[in-house]
Amino acid sequence: MTGPGTLTPSRETLLRRRSPLEAVLCIRAAGSRAVRLMSMRSSQSLSRPEPTMWEGYQSPGCWDELLADGQPRPACDGVVSYLAALGDRLAARQEAAELAVRAMGITFTVYTEASNIDKAWPFDVIPRVISTQEWERISLGLVQRLTVLNLFIGDLYGDARVLADGVFPAGLVASSVNFRPQCQSARPPQGVWAHICGSDLVRDVDGTMYVLEDNLRVPSGVSYMLENRLVTKRVFADLFRDLDIQPVDDYTNKLGGLLAALSPRPGEPPVIAVLTPGIFNSAYFEHAFLAQQMGAHLVEGKDLVVDGDDCVYMRTIGGLVRVDVIYRRVDDLFLDPEVFRPDSALGVPGLMRAWRAGKVGIANAPGAGVADDKVVYAYVPALIRYYLDEEPIIPNVPTWLCHLEDHRRYVLSHLDEMVVKPANESGGYGVFIGSRATKVAKEKIRRLVEARPRDYVAQPIVQLSTAPTLCDGKVVPRHLDLRPFVLVGQHPYVTQGGLTRVAMKQGSLVVNSSQGGGSKDTWVIDPTVVPAPGQSQAQSQSKW
Amino acid sequence: MNGEGPVLLSRVAESVYWAARYLERAEATARLVNVHTELFLDLPKAAGMGWAPLLAVSGSRDAFGLRHTRVSEEKVVHFLTASAENPGSIISSVKQAHANLRVTQAILPSEAWGVLNQLHVWAAETRLEAVGRRTRLAWTSRFISQCRLFAGLLDGTMSHDDTYAFFEIGRGLERADMTTRVLDIQAGTLVAQPAGAGPFAELMWTGMLRSLSAHQMFRRIAGPMVTGPAALAFLLRDPQFPRSVEHCLIEISRALLEVCRHNDPMAGCADVQQVLEQTDLSSLGEGKKSAAALHEYVDRLQQGLARLHEVLVNTYFELEPSTIRVLQPA
Repeated sequence: MTGPGTLTPSRETLLRRRSPLEAVLCIRAAGSRAVRLMSMRSSQSLSRPEPTMWEGYQSPGCWDELLADGQPRPACDGVVSYLAALGDRLAARQEAAELAVRAMGITFTVYTEASNIDKAWPFDVIPRVISTQEWERISLGLVQRLTVLNLFIGDLYGDARVLADGVFPAGLVASSVNFRPQCQSARPPQGVWAHICGSDLVRDVDGTMYVLEDNLRVPSGVSYMLENRLVTKRVFADLFRDLDIQPVDDYTNKLGGLLAALSPRPGEPPVIAVLTPGIFNSAYFEHAFLAQQMGAHLVEGKDLVVDGDDCVYMRTIGGLVRVDVIYRRVDDLFLDPEVFRPDSALGVPGLMRAWRAGKVGIANAPGAGVADDKVVYAYVPALIRYYLDEEPIIPNVPTWLCHLEDHRRYVLSHLDEMVVKPANESGGYGVFIGSRATKVAKEKIRRLVEARPRDYVAQPIVQLSTAPTLCDGKVVPRHLDLRPFVLVGQHPYVTQGGLTRVAMKQGSLVVNSSQGGGSKDTWVIDPTVVPAPGQSQAQSQSKW
Repeated sequence: MNGEGPVLLSRVAESVYWAARYLERAEATARLVNVHTELFLDLPKAAGMGWAPLLAVSGSRDAFGLRHTRVSEEKVVHFLTASAENPGSIISSVKQAHANLRVTQAILPSEAWGVLNQLHVWAAETRLEAVGRRTRLAWTSRFISQCRLFAGLLDGTMSHDDTYAFFEIGRGLERADMTTRVLDIQAGTLVAQPAGAGPFAELMWTGMLRSLSAHQMFRRIAGPMVTGPAALAFLLRDPQFPRSVEHCLIEISRALLEVCRHNDPMAGCADVQQVLEQTDLSSLGEGKKSAAALHEYVDRLQQGLARLHEVLVNTYFELEPSTIRVLQPA
């Protein structure tokens, strides 16, 4: 069990006041042709000195993903050298990227009180880089975590051993808004409940990567990860030739394979449908994208019908076609009006009957959201020890549970240092950040926590790591997180990197696109692979 | 993944069908307003031509009556083009078409979707230009050409598969329906006049042909004289003119061949064709009696078209459980 504590930086990140361009030029004084090219360029510019976009770049005391002490981190060498040589021509690449985003029609929906607006996906052209070595470790950690969460969900809906053994308090299950008694004793294929997960990772000042939360209900963002890569491939085509950047585009194949394996009619070509709430959902773009990429059908609840034989059919002009697997992007409360919310128009009457009878595969399984609870999150390290007898590979951020009296008292007396979150919300809604909260906001959160303590958890404010980001013609540090996507099936799969989300406003720690966040492509690079000689630089003669 | 080509969901087919109907309705209304305006400018007041027939053609007389007590050019044109309150106005129709196709964006060629998007935004922003006489013709002409651009893009860049077939079916039905409405109102008025029909009869028959963009093609086969029966025959039964009822039915049948389980809709189509061919058009000469006969005839055509719509709905759009079941998508 995680108790109160603070995250203190084990090592201060010291950055010299020097632009990375200068730094790179100093470090790699002589030798490779690449540096000679840059030196020539810089000596040219010395005769007519002008400030570059990188001038004065310095992370505000946080871990920077690309630079340490003004020098590129190991896996970032190739990228930083390239960017340094590119200089201010980076702006043209950013423009090209924005053009590509518009041309490809990558949008997301913003909800306002008046209407829903499709906005172009905000994208920063400078990639975020992670080394393959670090990524291998993180992948193992994510698989460990999701394996345990699946065991936990199956246990809760099955024998409830974890409750009997006193590892997880039974009272928390009873008070969980995402526990579905209708799923008890169900046995989904392979014992997997949460097939598709998106866990959010953050890096603190000392460089430690933490899991911030696990999204097991209908995590979104993977299409943006894929589209981001398409954009950077267009904009930095030469870097993809020269650096060993791990591919991400096998995700949809893996997802298709995972879903196909859930078909109740093995041996026959499975009919797979992506179930969307419809055009007005903020992730509709992604639903359509994934369906298209997998060759699945994009359906709404009213397209489906459960017949007397408990099979699910979709209405087509040719007649009713049996559906074998549903990748549902509808929250489980809305899945089946016969069992859950009777007023739901998004679901399919009888769907739970079909699922329990094993006539249709559903991913994620109904009820999987019980482990999405941020109170459950706090127990994950204990659950890893309980189910696997292993130590967690990726640590949790210390978490206070407001329903515990001593925790609550501590949280309420340290609100300034706290992030207080609703236990069962997503999209960054309802999150309270103490360091920048007004008196009124503090009073409000205090009242909420006292009224419904089970619904709130608190964590210390993590000073999210930064990466160079192009804002208004200057390269500046911006905070970011990372959402990798994990597929849990016969062979677990973790994306190479994931979706990096950036808070575009100075100092902001909120990365959600619904609240002004942007994104970057994430490159997992093996620093031990040496690029082909003389190719990996943005030669100054390259044309625009 | 399914090996046999994409499956067309009933909901998607219905959206495409309705989008085609709405777009055709919008374009036809634009033509009607355009031609009526030109005709109105040509005719002396003595011809007694007003704006009320336009309301009748578009079937919005009652809806108009709820909001306005007096018929005036400005009010009628506003109601038919720019009014957001009239569900049958050009603006409302484009909005409906846009909303329907938005759902099916992924299957439309992106170029075509882009044109429709622009048309939707432009029409809404500039809608008042459709009302003022000075700007009206330019606006309606541009509107029509954008509709044609969209149709042309679909024709040239979208696979002519079953999805496209539903677009053609929707367009064909709406077009046939519109032609019968114009005939019913305009021809009805003309036929009902005493023999000779006044000095402006020929001009008004011509106007009717023109409001269906049929005048030039009619001239090519009918020669210089415009007579009522010849104009009626052309608009109803010419197999080659794209807006004649006959041609629309031929197109619908052809499109239905692309679609599975088309027996019932084909039969529905044949029924209308039979009505079309039953009546001796030369008997529909002039005078009150034949006006009633024409009205009755057109009424039967419209009922046939409405039945065809019902058959389409029952066959393709509203499948109940335990109806026809297919093992694998075909």
